[in-house]
Amino acid sequence: MIAPLRVIARLGRYTLDGISRTGFAARFFLATLLHSGTAFRRFGLTIREIYFAGVLSLIIILVSGLFVGMVLGLQGYETLQTYGSESALGVLVALSLVRELGPVVAGLLFASRAGSAITAEIGLMKATEQLSAMEMMAVDPVARVIAPRFWAGVISMPMLAAMFSAVGIFGGYLVGVVLIGVDEGSFWSQMQDKVDFQADIINGVVKSVVFGIAVTAIALFEGYDAPPTAEGVSGATTRTVVTSSLAILGLDFILTAFMFRGVS
Amino acid sequence: MENLVEIENVTFGYNARPILKGINMTAKRGQVVAIMGSSGCGKTTLLRLIGGQIKPSKGLVRVAGQNVAELEQDGLYELRRKMGMLFQFGALFTDMNVFDNIAFQLREHTSLPEEIIRDLVLMKLHAVGLRGAANLMPSELSGGMARRVALARAIALEPTLVMYDEPFAGLDPISLGVIGNIIRRLTDTLGLTSIVVTHDVQESLKIVDYVYFISEGVIEAEGSAEEMRASDLPFVHQFVHGEPDGPVPFQYPAPPYAEDLGLSL
Repeated sequence: MIAPLRVIARLGRYTLDGISRTGFAARFFLATLLHSGTAFRRFGLTIREIYFAGVLSLIIILVSGLFVGMVLGLQGYETLQTYGSESALGVLVALSLVRELGPVVAGLLFASRAGSAITAEIGLMKATEQLSAMEMMAVDPVARVIAPRFWAGVISMPMLAAMFSAVGIFGGYLVGVVLIGVDEGSFWSQMQDKVDFQADIINGVVKSVVFGIAVTAIALFEGYDAPPTAEGVSGATTRTVVTSSLAILGLDFILTAFMFRGVS
Repeated sequence: MENLVEIENVTFGYNARPILKGINMTAKRGQVVAIMGSSGCGKTTLLRLIGGQIKPSKGLVRVAGQNVAELEQDGLYELRRKMGMLFQFGALFTDMNVFDNIAFQLREHTSLPEEIIRDLVLMKLHAVGLRGAANLMPSELSGGMARRVALARAIALEPTLVMYDEPFAGLDPISLGVIGNIIRRLTDTLGLTSIVVTHDVQESLKIVDYVYFISEGVIEAEGSAEEMRASDLPFVHQFVHGEPDGPVPFQYPAPPYAEDLGLSL
């Protein structure tokens, strides 16, 4: 075949592969939702996965949250004092965290800590024929293995984001009030006054739920679709982190555009 | 004796590459049947067809009189509860200990109380000589032990058919003998039907009732173990006696050697 034709043929093959993979991913996601009964009927299975995906991610989430909050405190104070409005530091820290940084940074950390682990685990279960064995035992692996992990991710993510924000606000308080000496009363009262439950907190929670769905679904699909070899599993793990990080940032833009229209 | 598994004129291939071409095979109840052939000849594919994990492109696979390819998921799962399968490297669930691995199906498919499950699991483990290993994790087992645990797991629900995918691969001589012995003993005492896919001729000919030899997707020969040992068919002879060259050539198809080395003779 002559060179230009080969390029076209390759392009066509990539396109077809991409379309069929997207189709497979959509069917996989649908099957996960349809087979979710077990994840709730036997909630112990989901609790166990919440431990692995959520509880074991706590350290990285809490430590990162604290530092992000402390940096916000420093940077915020630096900027606000130029306008003499350092008393608004609490509002700045809280809004940055609950609207944006909490869900997004916690989502990115969740993708790299828990998402990669989920992909590697499912990929290795497939490579060592554990999923086939389960099928041969008349147990549906989507219901028994995939669905509990999916719901565990969806449940864990908003809780992790909320804890990230809470610890971050505490970090901002440590730096702003304890270290620099911003007035404690105005730090908290302005925060209470300006942070809206519906527009800020609920919208932040909605974001984190969406990120939880995206990260966990991507991680599970990549693991399930991984070629059953060492390179296959390592490639899938990398793809999980890259794809879900990009998905978080893309979805964040879309969600923000919809949520904060008209919010001053 | 009644046939438990019947394979009629089955053809199967991945994409356009044919793996099995018109296979006919039966396994009678209570027998140990071996499927032998060199690596990559489609032996494992046959097990997957019997278990309904893949469907034949042509032909029929019947287990206990049911056409496996026509079953919906519920029917297939119902049938699989009567099947056990030993995977090549055991495929034990790595996040559970030995006990939980064997209890897995009992917990998934029955509502038996934990005390009874415990007794049943210990009985299965005793049958494979590993009652003392109940609390070990799969990563703490040797290859032979993992295979025995997987065997105990395969018979947990007292199936009528057990399939073994390369049960002898990578085992030391003692474990080889142990596994062979257990397969024969379980088949006889539990009244199972066993289908063993293997390329270990010496070990399997000691325990099997009937053998099929597959090469390049077709059955080259079949018969009892004695018939196969005495066979003078070139393929069977090469296989049984482990000769390096014969109908299965030593060299992978390649252009002439001299031509490849750039020599002109």
